[in-house]
Amino acid sequence: MSTGDTSWILTSSAMVMLMVPGVGLFYSGMVRRKNALTAIALTLVALVVVSIQWVAIGYSLAFGTTVNGIIGGLNLLGLQNFGTMIGGVPASAFIAFQFMFAAVTLAILTSAIAKRIRLSAFIVFIVLWTTLVYCTMAHWVWGGGWLAQLGALDFAGGTVVHISSGFAALALAMVVGKRSGYGEQPMEPHNIPFTLLGAALLWFGWLGFNSGSALGADGVAANAFLVTNISAASGAITWMTLSWRRGPPSSLGLVSGAIAGLVGITPAAGYVNPLSALAIGAVSGGVCFAAMSLRMKRSLDESLDAWAIHGMGGIWGGLATGIFATAAVNSYSGLLYGNIHQFLLQAVAILAAVVFSFAATYAIAKIVDLTIGLRVSAEEEYVGLDISQLGERAYS
Amino acid sequence: MKKVEAIIRPERLDVVKGALDSDGITSMTISEVRGRGEQRGISLQYRGKAIRVDLLPKVKLEIVVEDAVLQRCIRTIAKIAWTGKPGDGKIFVMPVETCIKIRELGAPSDEEEAAVEA
Repeated sequence: MSTGDTSWILTSSAMVMLMVPGVGLFYSGMVRRKNALTAIALTLVALVVVSIQWVAIGYSLAFGTTVNGIIGGLNLLGLQNFGTMIGGVPASAFIAFQFMFAAVTLAILTSAIAKRIRLSAFIVFIVLWTTLVYCTMAHWVWGGGWLAQLGALDFAGGTVVHISSGFAALALAMVVGKRSGYGEQPMEPHNIPFTLLGAALLWFGWLGFNSGSALGADGVAANAFLVTNISAASGAITWMTLSWRRGPPSSLGLVSGAIAGLVGITPAAGYVNPLSALAIGAVSGGVCFAAMSLRMKRSLDESLDAWAIHGMGGIWGGLATGIFATAAVNSYSGLLYGNIHQFLLQAVAILAAVVFSFAATYAIAKIVDLTIGLRVSAEEEYVGLDISQLGERAYS
Repeated sequence: MKKVEAIIRPERLDVVKGALDSDGITSMTISEVRGRGEQRGISLQYRGKAIRVDLLPKVKLEIVVEDAVLQRCIRTIAKIAWTGKPGDGKIFVMPVETCIKIRELGAPSDEEEAAVEA
């Protein structure tokens, strides 16, 4: 066992855990004050529920012995007999690291619904969603499933975490519908400093998220750390510049661009060099900014933009991996180095992730909606979820 | 001269302000308040248990107008703030004895100004 590898995986697992309330704060600042507490609370509920789901069935479905490359088997139910080592680290460290990824994915997905979902329906939905959508995709890409067998690259979760949560948020927003008064009344962010603090926590955690995905304390991990920060900065400056043309650039724009850059580099972090990271971040900032503008024009109430930033940024990141991957960093090369095959594989993986995540989420959301009802009543929405779902106020 | 004190739904504030603007009523003071009326807030069912949320967030507008403009002012507020559901709010009208502009009454006299400069 390598103690260096193990300590880095444990450290980065803890860093990824911090992204969960980071997402919560990021979202909370952007909603109105009557939902401010719920936005954070839902991410912590996700952390708690997935902790248990992961022990019961989640890890086994994602990383159990593959059943035809589609889903993991049931051989690791209840985290029994999971073996001692995976690579150079104890299997328990790997399980913890992977679990935090599942929790962050769910936290991102709350974007679509933080202002109008019933707490009970949310819990049922996330149990179903992690089991049926997240575990399946994690198996496809990391658990020895068909995308892994095909050779599609996804270093730290562009498809599994970002495309899946982004397109799930889109499907969920479509099923649950707009907030009442959306587009007619002003719905200003209630506390932008919260959003900046959340973004900063996300940025910090993301360094562990990407770098820890090397599953070792080595050169690939260090490269991932470096390019992650570069892409975040490049995304931030791009988004800021684009929004500057419409007026003052806003700090919200700056951090949104940083998150876009972080999403874009996620699948590529272990395969690309610093100059490529600059380009990946810049394009990611532009793509996500355009996606957000389109979302607003269609007046779709997915207002915290998980789709625009995580979904569309994830698509770009997956393609970028197939373009910029270089054997100088890790053993794969992309389009830029004459390997069109890798680029096409990336496109297949992205298409599969988009279609599966959107369709499966739409179906799950519809079923939960028709059986127990996803959405709160008009009165509950009017007084806000903090009081109606939690019986508390963010500010007394 | 009258003072109009209107308590309305916060989400109607922007449209009410816009409508008053087109009526030529531009000056106002606005505060965020909480209050309740005859229904004592909204009651919700949570797991069969009733929760009452009294003291809902409202916005209070205070506007001082000439008597000639009063009717137009209160009609505009009532029309635009209306949704027909409980909680639309109330308008109170009260007489105002005088209105003093601090910038004019408090302005230093010529002698005072000369003393400051010296």
